[in-house]
Amino acid sequence: MDLPRKTRVPHEAGAPLLQVEDVTVAYVPATTNGSTTMLRAGEQKSEERYALHDVSFEIGGGQRVAVIGPNGAGKSTLFKVIAGTLRPSQGTIHIFGHGAEEHICVAYVPQRNQIDWSFPVTVEDVVMMGRVGQIGLFRHPRRRDWEIVRHSLERVNGRHLADKQIGELSGGQQQRVFIARALAQQAELLLLDEPFTGLDIPSHEAIFNILDMLDREGVTVMVATHDLNLAAEQFEQVMLLNKEVVAFGPPPTVLTTENLVTAYGGQMHVLGGSEGNVVLADTCCAGEEEMATKG
Amino acid sequence: MLAWLTDPLSYGFILRALIAAVAVGIVCSVLGTYIVLRGMAFLGDALAHTILPGVVIAFLLGWPLAVGALIMGLLTALGIGALSGQGMVKEDTAIGIIFAGSFALGVALLSTVGNYTVDLTHFLFGNLLGVSTADLWTILVLGGVVLLLIALFYKEFLVISFDLILAQTLRLPTTFLRYLLLVLLAVTIVVALQVVGIALIMAMLVTPAASASLLTRRLPSMMAVSAIIGAISGAIGVYGSYYLNVASGPAVVLVATLIFALAFLFAPERGIAWRYT
Repeated sequence: MDLPRKTRVPHEAGAPLLQVEDVTVAYVPATTNGSTTMLRAGEQKSEERYALHDVSFEIGGGQRVAVIGPNGAGKSTLFKVIAGTLRPSQGTIHIFGHGAEEHICVAYVPQRNQIDWSFPVTVEDVVMMGRVGQIGLFRHPRRRDWEIVRHSLERVNGRHLADKQIGELSGGQQQRVFIARALAQQAELLLLDEPFTGLDIPSHEAIFNILDMLDREGVTVMVATHDLNLAAEQFEQVMLLNKEVVAFGPPPTVLTTENLVTAYGGQMHVLGGSEGNVVLADTCCAGEEEMATKG
Repeated sequence: MLAWLTDPLSYGFILRALIAAVAVGIVCSVLGTYIVLRGMAFLGDALAHTILPGVVIAFLLGWPLAVGALIMGLLTALGIGALSGQGMVKEDTAIGIIFAGSFALGVALLSTVGNYTVDLTHFLFGNLLGVSTADLWTILVLGGVVLLLIALFYKEFLVISFDLILAQTLRLPTTFLRYLLLVLLAVTIVVALQVVGIALIMAMLVTPAASASLLTRRLPSMMAVSAIIGAISGAIGVYGSYYLNVASGPAVVLVATLIFALAFLFAPERGIAWRYT
């Protein structure tokens, strides 16, 4: 089944899928109230820090990009800026030549710990949420929306999960359902935030099968991960991020000792050897805690 | 048995109280599902207290109470947003400051008039048996508007409650929707004011919805069950108040609380009681 995509603004001919120029996200670190405040465009404060600094890159259609970097490198921030839900302090994002807040063809799949899994919705309800923008105000889902929802679930092998409450799913199933929601959005750029964290190997494979399918369909996928092995083996492009873009390109050119040390500093040990480098440990992460609790 | 049910209704004020209690039970419980799911309980309680000066001013000027309450409710909703938006105080602190400050203002204003204690009691705990025909119409019309808007914006409210970032990437008008929910909350508080009073509105917003969340797994059924629990609490509360001679607002709330306790203990699969069998 091939369904036409609907976009709010027409794509500009010849414009790259994603163009990020000089993006900086500044914030004022913990003040008296213990929370951080993002600075609005044009604001300057002496004690500002950067979540992202002068990030520029371009991604063409149909690529699969891993975004790696230590904790606090700004991976989630970058994704939120690209998705148009966080306005950068400086710089611009263009998607098919249009501003980040105009287009509706980007889908963001949040980290699983950002979701309230006890929320009273079924899998089908969650996937249908991806359609809400296009259904429009005061309207019910039409037959075509239901078709898209079912089709999206089929594509992630999740048809049998449709009527389950989301809290009943395994971690891998939860991730697949949220990818189905992104498919129902008919997004042309998918942003997956730490999708592999806390998942077992079969679940990894299931997700890569879906990513391979998206590859064949020309959908661009950016995946934030702290798993360097996965990044090296499964992605054609790797972006090494630590507030700035340290390196961006095919894995062999990016994952060099020099780059890794620049990005990770003391968080990583790299052993040089005749057969190439051996990365001992990326000593993060939030993911480890989650894995421990998942047991 | 039938006479036991119908006898009280021969009094006009009991009949009006019954209709008002059931209507308020339904409206509060349906909106309450969003309050529970979005973790807005503290905000709801605060909003109920902050409308007191508005109600008192309307009362002193002889306006409909709903008008004063509505204006104050909207000012508060916007005020909390503005105060916490500056980043100098946390949101719950901002709410706390506005909540206590305006409640004090309301009580102070009320203390300037003669019948202070009686009036204050009515505002705090409701005056269900004093519901006039005009009050009843206000409750039914405003309550109907709230239910209608919840139905119209159902899927958008669902998305902003479940995943705000998704709502933003879908380019939904998220700020408008969040303020609309606050306005609906303010209107609902106005509707419930006369039935349960400021001090107990929280219970009608949260308790039936919390009970329903233990008994259901989908939002539409959670809303329906919550509405049924709210309506039953209202009805039983009024009869209980009549036969046991207790204040009606607290009676309604006590019934809702009892239903929650039963759900907490005996909800199928999830109840506490099953853990020990």
